[in-house]
Amino acid sequence: MSALLDIGSVDAHHGQLPAVRSVSLQVHPGDILALVGANGAGKTTLLRTVAGAHRASSGTLRWDGEDITCLPAHQRVARGLALVPEGRRLFAGMTVRENLLVARAAGRRGPWTLDTVLGAFPQLQPKLHARAGELSGGQQQAVAIGRALMTNPRLLLLDEISLGLSPLAVQGVYDALRGVVGQGTPLVLVEQDLQRVQAVATRIVCMLEGRVVADAPAAELSRAQITAHYFGAQRPESARTVHHAGSPGEASADNLYKVAA
Amino acid sequence: MSLPMSSPSPAPVGQPAWTIQRWTRTSAVCAGAAVPLLAVLFLGPLWLQAGTVDRLTTLFIYVILAVMWNALAGYAGLVSIGHQAFFGLGAYAMVRLADAGLGPYPALLLGAVLVALVAVPLAAFMLRLQGGEFAIGMWVVAALAHLCVNLDSLVQGETGTSMIALQQYAAGERRAYTYWAALAAMAGLCGAVFLLLRSKVGTAAQAIRDNETAAISIGVRVVAVKRLVFVLSAFGCALAGGLWLATSISFQPKTYFSVQWTAYMIFMVLVGGIGTMEGPILGALLFFAVETWWGGQGVAYLIGLGAVAMLFALFLPKGIWGAVQQRWDLHLLSAGYRVRAREAQSSPADSTRRCV
Amino acid sequence: MNLLNQIIQGLLLGGYYALLACGLSFMFGVMRIINLAHGSLAVVAAYLLWLLAEPMGWHPLLALLAVLPAMALLGWVLHRLVLERSARLGALVPLLATFGLASVIDNLLFQHFGADTRSLATAIGTLAYDSWELPGGIYVGQLPAMVLVFAVTLLGGLHAMLAHTALGRQIRAASEDADTARLVGVHTGAVFAAASAITMVTVTLAGASLAMRATFDPFSGPQQLIFAFEAVIIGGAGSLWGTLLGGVVLGVAQNLGAQVHPQGFLIAGHATFLAILLARLCASGALRSFFSTRRQPTP
Repeated sequence: MSALLDIGSVDAHHGQLPAVRSVSLQVHPGDILALVGANGAGKTTLLRTVAGAHRASSGTLRWDGEDITCLPAHQRVARGLALVPEGRRLFAGMTVRENLLVARAAGRRGPWTLDTVLGAFPQLQPKLHARAGELSGGQQQAVAIGRALMTNPRLLLLDEISLGLSPLAVQGVYDALRGVVGQGTPLVLVEQDLQRVQAVATRIVCMLEGRVVADAPAAELSRAQITAHYFGAQRPESARTVHHAGSPGEASADNLYKVAA
Repeated sequence: MSLPMSSPSPAPVGQPAWTIQRWTRTSAVCAGAAVPLLAVLFLGPLWLQAGTVDRLTTLFIYVILAVMWNALAGYAGLVSIGHQAFFGLGAYAMVRLADAGLGPYPALLLGAVLVALVAVPLAAFMLRLQGGEFAIGMWVVAALAHLCVNLDSLVQGETGTSMIALQQYAAGERRAYTYWAALAAMAGLCGAVFLLLRSKVGTAAQAIRDNETAAISIGVRVVAVKRLVFVLSAFGCALAGGLWLATSISFQPKTYFSVQWTAYMIFMVLVGGIGTMEGPILGALLFFAVETWWGGQGVAYLIGLGAVAMLFALFLPKGIWGAVQQRWDLHLLSAGYRVRAREAQSSPADSTRRCV
Repeated sequence: MNLLNQIIQGLLLGGYYALLACGLSFMFGVMRIINLAHGSLAVVAAYLLWLLAEPMGWHPLLALLAVLPAMALLGWVLHRLVLERSARLGALVPLLATFGLASVIDNLLFQHFGADTRSLATAIGTLAYDSWELPGGIYVGQLPAMVLVFAVTLLGGLHAMLAHTALGRQIRAASEDADTARLVGVHTGAVFAAASAITMVTVTLAGASLAMRATFDPFSGPQQLIFAFEAVIIGGAGSLWGTLLGGVVLGVAQNLGAQVHPQGFLIAGHATFLAILLARLCASGALRSFFSTRRQPTP
């Protein structure tokens, strides 16, 4: 089965700072790919580069075989690639209804319309004409996901959808996601909550300092292994020197936290 | 967030790994050369032709205008479309003071000081505006100043008046005195700006320009710095206005309060290099040359000026000197700090980084 | 009664200012750019109309219908060439680039049309000075009244467009957060260009009003820009209906000032603008904090 999204040795920088280093990744139809890593690992930058909000410094991005590396973001949306940005980024001055409707700009037809999105997120029905900025965190996240769904994506990128939400709200969001998963839409999910990751994902990719350090089916990675990749204690010896006390490999608790900071 | 970056291996005890330099070799030479240059210029009226002396005086005035506008825009980040207000008020103050009995050259200086005093409360008001609001707000101030000056019976509306007090000097004397006044003003103001930029105020101003919120958060007294730069630029423009009056003798409000002066300032600073010390001086020289050769073309010349300014704004916003600085790292007048690693260390990538 | 008459005249003048200023306000609300060439572009529209109406003898309405799409296209071109680029380069560049543009436009107009003042008043016959007489010796000019009605209609239309159409939603989204708008499929470049074209339509109507109500010359642009800006600020930047209010306040202040002194027209306008700005700053406590800064001990 050929890849829907093919990320080929992509680099991305913030000014002079490399945030994504030579990342290669493929997403196939049916995948639910979880992207795991500490803050600063490059996950958000990678997703934004894939979505077109950030320019890749080098490497190629292929969508259904087509090279989209230089394609502007709105045209990627038109091809079915949608991102739910970190921090939700709703249009706070517009109502919920307007936030959802504006995503019709991409002009893609599909199962997701205003009615079906409201069906997936019934808690939004009474809030349809409320300003987006006045909603609770969970409601805002629902609007953000609904807005991305309105573009009828073939691949949905979700960046930290549990950020800042109460456990109950997170549960609500993931319940609604089940509906999306049921439609067969592949997801790429950035998530810090490893419990959720292991419950939902079919594949897990660990990122550290801009690089992919692990990429395996979810069943093959244990919790301990993921944690180890998260903090980088399993980096090969040939990697750069650690600049705090202690030589590389010394897995003292202090070291692990300093390195990951 | 941070990525672990390799640093040089620890230096010998007691010695820092980096040194801070305030001067480059080129700029030290240049600053040193400034003194003999000024001396040569000072002797100008003694051996140059009358026409040349006049032209040089005009050049000095242009330099003043460019340096002053750049101080506000390039270092405090405020674009003003109304600095002709101070230019006109400086000339007007000189007219009024001379009429009250003061000699023309003392009137020039005192007039500029008075304008600077007026600029202080004006700053309290205007500096609360941002971006475009500040720009046009200053234009409104200039328009209002123009209208109010017209109300003065001494000025007789747009007919204007003349600095009769200047007639007490013979033409050659007047030319020389004005020339020296302009030279002194230019050297003094450039020197003041240079010293200011090298001081804490200069660093604060650049912090404000780069990111005002961040500057506030580290305790930079943003309002005080902006006010200082604003008042200084008002003082400088007022001096320039008085000097222009000294060369042209007649005072017509429409000429002195024309927005054309700001257009010239913008051209000089944009083309020369906004936010650098050398830029406005270069811009003034270029403008002076352009005006000398093409000024007679009338409207086509003005269209050309506007078009060039626009092109620079869109395609080369850092100006000629900005591009030179970026490409060759050349500093003739160092206002910033340079970080150099000590030779003993093996550091990755750049061993010198400019922190200006 | 004379006072009432002056106030009514000011109100009618305010209609013109609102028409002139709504484009500036719209541009600022959408793109956060103040186009310093705004006034000069209105004068360009006035000249184009004059060119069609006077030497070529077109009916003014026909001329307007011809000039509107031309100016909209000009707006689109200016946006792609100048505004879009300068908006990316920081906060100072749009001011500098549009100032240069204004200078170029003014001088090009001077080069082609000379310094003579022109007007469309002759082309519209008696409409230029017909008025209705109201009880109490008050005269309401038909043309100024039409302009006021036009202004209100245009503002209402803009408001409706923004609130109820898909384009309006896209414009609001792009102006609030262009980055995220692109991520939901909005072509922000095209949306902003459309906004520029819409702005130019309002500018054309303002230019037509200027030409019919009064006279204009190549260097009228800056003055119109200042009036527009003052109306926007008096009414509160970012509010379309505030622009109408601002225009009316400005018009009334100017008219009352004119009763006092020949120069009073302009002086009163500028002074009112500065006074309201000052009042607004005081109310927001900005000045208070300015003075308290001075009393802080030096660190």
